[in-house]
Amino acid sequence: MSPRLRWRKFVSGFMLTMTGVCALVAVSVLFFILGYLVYHGGTSISWNFFTKLPAPVGESGGGMANAILGSAKLLLLASLVGVPIGFFGAIYLAEFSGTTTAFVVRYAADLLNGVPSIVIGIFAFSLVVLPFKHFSTLAGGFALGLMMIPITLRSTEEFLRSVPNALREAAMALGASRWKTIASVIVPAAYRGILTAVLLAFARVAGETAPLLFTALGNRFWSPGWNQPTASLPVMIFTYAIAPYDDWHRQAWAAGLVLLGLILIINIVARAILSRGIAVPRT
Amino acid sequence: MHATVRPALSVNLPPIVTSAAARDTSSALTMRMTISKVNFWYGSKQVLFDVNMGIATNKVTSLIGPSGCGKSTLLRTLNRMHETVRGARLEGEILLDGQNILAQDVTSYRRRVGMVFQRPNPFPKSIFDNVAYGLRINGSKSPISEAVEKSLRRAALWDEVKDHLHKSAYELSGGQQQRLCIARALAVEPEVLLLDEPCSALDPISTAKIEELLVQLKDLCTIVTVTHNMQQAARISDFTAFLLTGQLIEFSPTPQLFTTPGDPRTEAYITGRFG
Repeated sequence: MSPRLRWRKFVSGFMLTMTGVCALVAVSVLFFILGYLVYHGGTSISWNFFTKLPAPVGESGGGMANAILGSAKLLLLASLVGVPIGFFGAIYLAEFSGTTTAFVVRYAADLLNGVPSIVIGIFAFSLVVLPFKHFSTLAGGFALGLMMIPITLRSTEEFLRSVPNALREAAMALGASRWKTIASVIVPAAYRGILTAVLLAFARVAGETAPLLFTALGNRFWSPGWNQPTASLPVMIFTYAIAPYDDWHRQAWAAGLVLLGLILIINIVARAILSRGIAVPRT
Repeated sequence: MHATVRPALSVNLPPIVTSAAARDTSSALTMRMTISKVNFWYGSKQVLFDVNMGIATNKVTSLIGPSGCGKSTLLRTLNRMHETVRGARLEGEILLDGQNILAQDVTSYRRRVGMVFQRPNPFPKSIFDNVAYGLRINGSKSPISEAVEKSLRRAALWDEVKDHLHKSAYELSGGQQQRLCIARALAVEPEVLLLDEPCSALDPISTAKIEELLVQLKDLCTIVTVTHNMQQAARISDFTAFLLTGQLIEFSPTPQLFTTPGDPRTEAYITGRFG
């Protein structure tokens, strides 16, 4: 074997090993985090954790029922703000707008996506909290909803554009109007992708803490209605993790585990629903 | 000074030859559609020049010509699909049953003139829902499952799919998918069926089936087909129009066009000297 060939074989083997190791690291980070969460927080997960309010300072035990419900309410509001705006905006961009408009809107959406989440929080603070003179679920949901808009918009647009033009023509040639074509052919053909995009946006904002710090604030009790400060899992994790009590640390780990578990369950359920129905084959 | 722009090829060549038989709307032959003085532009590029022709009722009319001659564009104007393209502009007059098609409501007009495309393009729905689509969006009152069966029978697909109507249309072969697209177009009972190179993506056996089908279907509706394949035009059509660089060069009964072409360019094309 010539030295040149031996060198080539060495480089090839080295690069192959490198790429394999990198792929392994990428996967193992997730499993490492999961394992760490289970190890530290697993013991604190009990029925009480899901049903009880946080215990007063100094007492051990208690749960995060209010934070779980609070997060659910915040995410519901966020989806009500972010998903329709992102979805219908994407329909306009993909199906109706001219190239200049689409470019400008897309660019703005990318910028909005890059705005630090704490800035989104300040924006929601001055727009919702100050006029209402209340930290509230409403303000927190609004802030999270703003963050969902660009993610939903951009990916929905991509999926709508990937629907073959032949399907649009087929529907129009049968006498379907633009709107009928979109509603009965284009969106159904792209709905898997769109739902995946919405889920990604949902999962992304579910873990956001910064926009909630001065909008939803936090609460150690139930938060009735929509115009009261509310607890949420990410903020709860933050406050419990920096507290000087071991019991709180364990509960923070448990809250992290619950948050991750909820997102995972939603993902799996959605994918199960998605696997039914007919997909456009890739060509 | 010549004010009008004409493609170089046509300069100094004789005017369009239209045979007496094709021009003459005599007793036996009625015209379903009439195309007169049609000029067409994509942006500033003119792709059709002063096209005049008639589409005979219950006959198969083929449009042939080399790539880029405007045959697909001409076909698409017949059900106004050109309007979906930004910057497309049509001048002239197209009549269906004596009425200007451009003056009508576009969605209800397109129901009367169905279209089948180059590549099979079934919707990501079941076989049944594909055929039922046109009926449903038009709010048809007739029982849908009967109409679906009728259309699938007319497209010679019923026996192959009757036991799995609710399977995905993508599970069918390419030729079956194309016949499904024909069934889908037939379901709304169009007066005219337009086909844009319907066999170009298919194997010879599927092609033969579709050709046979088209010849049968002309009793139901008037058929206009675009094809690259001259033998196909010769096999299935009653009339053939030859287009070149956006101009209608010759339009005659098919046997006449292929045996005694009236224009040297037609002869050059059908004998394979170019195109």
